[in-house]
Amino acid sequence: MAILLNRGTRVIVQGFTGKIGSFHAEDMKRYGTKLVGGVTPGKGGQTHLGLPVFNTVKGAVRETRAEASIVFVPPPFAADSIMEAADAGIKLCVCITDGIPSQDMMQVKRYMRRYRFEDRMRLIGPNCAGVITPGQALMGIMPGSIYLPGRVGIVGRSGTLGYEAASQMKALGIGVSTSVGIGGDPINGSSFKDILKLFEQDDETDAVVMIGEIGGPQEAEAAIWARDNMRIPLIAYIAGLSAPKGRRMGHAGAIISAFGESAQEKVEILKEAGVIIVPTPSSFGEVVADTLSRTKKAA
Amino acid sequence: MDIHEYQAKELLARHGIHVPRGGLAYSPEQASYRAREIGGGKWVVKAQVHSGARGKAGGIKLCANDEEISNAAEAMLGRKLVTQQTGPRGKLISRLYLEEAVDIAHELYVGFVLDRKEERVMIVASAAGGMEIEDIVERAPDSIIRTTVDPGVGMQRFQAREIAFGLGLDQNLIGKATETILGCYQVFRDYDASMLEINPLVVTRDGNLVALDAKMSFDENALFRRPEISELRDKSQEDSRETFASDRGLSYVGLDGNIGCIINGAGLAMATMDMIKIAGGEPANFLDIGGGASPERVAKSFRAVLGDKNVETILVNIFAGINRCDWVAEGVVKAIREVGVNVPLVVRLAGTKVEEGRRILADSGEAVIIAETLAEAAEKAVAAWRAVSLKKAS
Repeated sequence: MAILLNRGTRVIVQGFTGKIGSFHAEDMKRYGTKLVGGVTPGKGGQTHLGLPVFNTVKGAVRETRAEASIVFVPPPFAADSIMEAADAGIKLCVCITDGIPSQDMMQVKRYMRRYRFEDRMRLIGPNCAGVITPGQALMGIMPGSIYLPGRVGIVGRSGTLGYEAASQMKALGIGVSTSVGIGGDPINGSSFKDILKLFEQDDETDAVVMIGEIGGPQEAEAAIWARDNMRIPLIAYIAGLSAPKGRRMGHAGAIISAFGESAQEKVEILKEAGVIIVPTPSSFGEVVADTLSRTKKAA
Repeated sequence: MDIHEYQAKELLARHGIHVPRGGLAYSPEQASYRAREIGGGKWVVKAQVHSGARGKAGGIKLCANDEEISNAAEAMLGRKLVTQQTGPRGKLISRLYLEEAVDIAHELYVGFVLDRKEERVMIVASAAGGMEIEDIVERAPDSIIRTTVDPGVGMQRFQAREIAFGLGLDQNLIGKATETILGCYQVFRDYDASMLEINPLVVTRDGNLVALDAKMSFDENALFRRPEISELRDKSQEDSRETFASDRGLSYVGLDGNIGCIINGAGLAMATMDMIKIAGGEPANFLDIGGGASPERVAKSFRAVLGDKNVETILVNIFAGINRCDWVAEGVVKAIREVGVNVPLVVRLAGTKVEEGRRILADSGEAVIIAETLAEAAEKAVAAWRAVSLKKAS
């Protein structure tokens, strides 16, 4: 079933009646996502885009049996919304909001640990493009048309660079099982490693493309996990070759502040762990095609 | 966002951390006056710039009399201080901080950072203070103590006490050190800091614990709830190109190359800059135009990029997701006509309505070099830039 999301997943929108929430809710619906309602405190009981609005996530879950939620709430209130989803029994939460304070995210992650691992909500993002299982469902802001349904997983920090990879693959007829944006913030809900674990267990994914960038330890950690645990090939690109040390490159997390965080150092660590490197951002398509044909020959 | 040493010390002093007596000066006369106000027989004149490693660069002078103070102040004020951390452009010294000199017995290091692996606030401490943390890591790695704080309950007294004992302090200083560390954590948490470094924290000969230097940075995402911190921003310490862009809501980082970049999305922006480098050029900037690339935003971006006199070619790379390429193309044409672009311009559009977008550019009659792929865009931009620099050279 690809990972995280399929055509049967029952989804609600938090920040449903706002301008951004409305725009993307319509887009997701059009794509085929099973949208069952939304939450805007104070607007419960109304109907929006033909769907029921609830005051609380608990209310929405009770009435609609929603299992997933996408958050479009502004940064000052977004952490609160994520915790509300976790407490209401939502299983998958995708937070699109960019600009949540780091200390708020520390609290969110601490709060989520009050639930047993099996009951714990999976958080994707914040500051991400969301999740798409092409041909089935979209929980995010990416343009559905650039993804071909297929058997290669994508996981990346950046939205538009993920689009670049998907469209290069599409041009060569290569499709995507699920694409996951984990977001550009220093503290995020799911790490590269968390998502790789899901792809590794998915029998509809034959290879994974990891799109990393400067800053933080997550790419290296994922590569080391992959070396010891992954059967399917891992292909990776690290953005930020030309980024100087100590400067934040747009994403709150894209800053080189320690050894091992520059693009060059990360590529070295990944290579050593046996990850297939995409040398330039214009060669995603070729490298994936080449990897797939070699895996097929070997099989 | 960074603040000055004297501002950080004010915040810390409010939370019970001992700092030397000091005062601010904007002229040599004020500097002498401040010294008299502070009293004592030895003072330190410190350049207030957003950078560490000021001492080696001549930004910190120990003075014993009025004349030395005036001379030091005169030599520093109005000058750009170039340290290992500022880059070759340096940072303007427009204010000085005068402090009583402290009789140092021992120098310690205490730092607070956001640890991305643990996803918690981490305290890093060492008895080998006075040098940069990178040097401590290299030369005295065994001296380093690391502790993380559970965000659910905050820092506990025992954690601060453990650090104090770990630093090898005398019994009579343990209480003071515990209070200092807890106070720092409070400041870090209450003001949404992203970094707080006291280096050195000194043990004085008369048995006190004093923060001799203090460096703080703040989480820009949290400034909406910290107006008292926003007030401490000093734009004279920023790259003027970056101030221009950030005042207009653009995410911009100035670099030293000649190819100006206008791109949507931070990751794609970094990747495009990488591609320019691979093609043999150097990017002049990072610029993420953001989600809704409206004609107004496109025009603002052109203004920000062209504000850099080193820019000899512009590369626009937009992967339209929520956007539509035809709207972006209209924005580009409008920007060219309004802003006046007098350098070669390469545009690569991809995504929704790409054919329509390319047609608008082609039909506009403006001299736009159109590229279809990322690689082609970078190659064409570098080729255009080479042609410009050849012409300039001849």
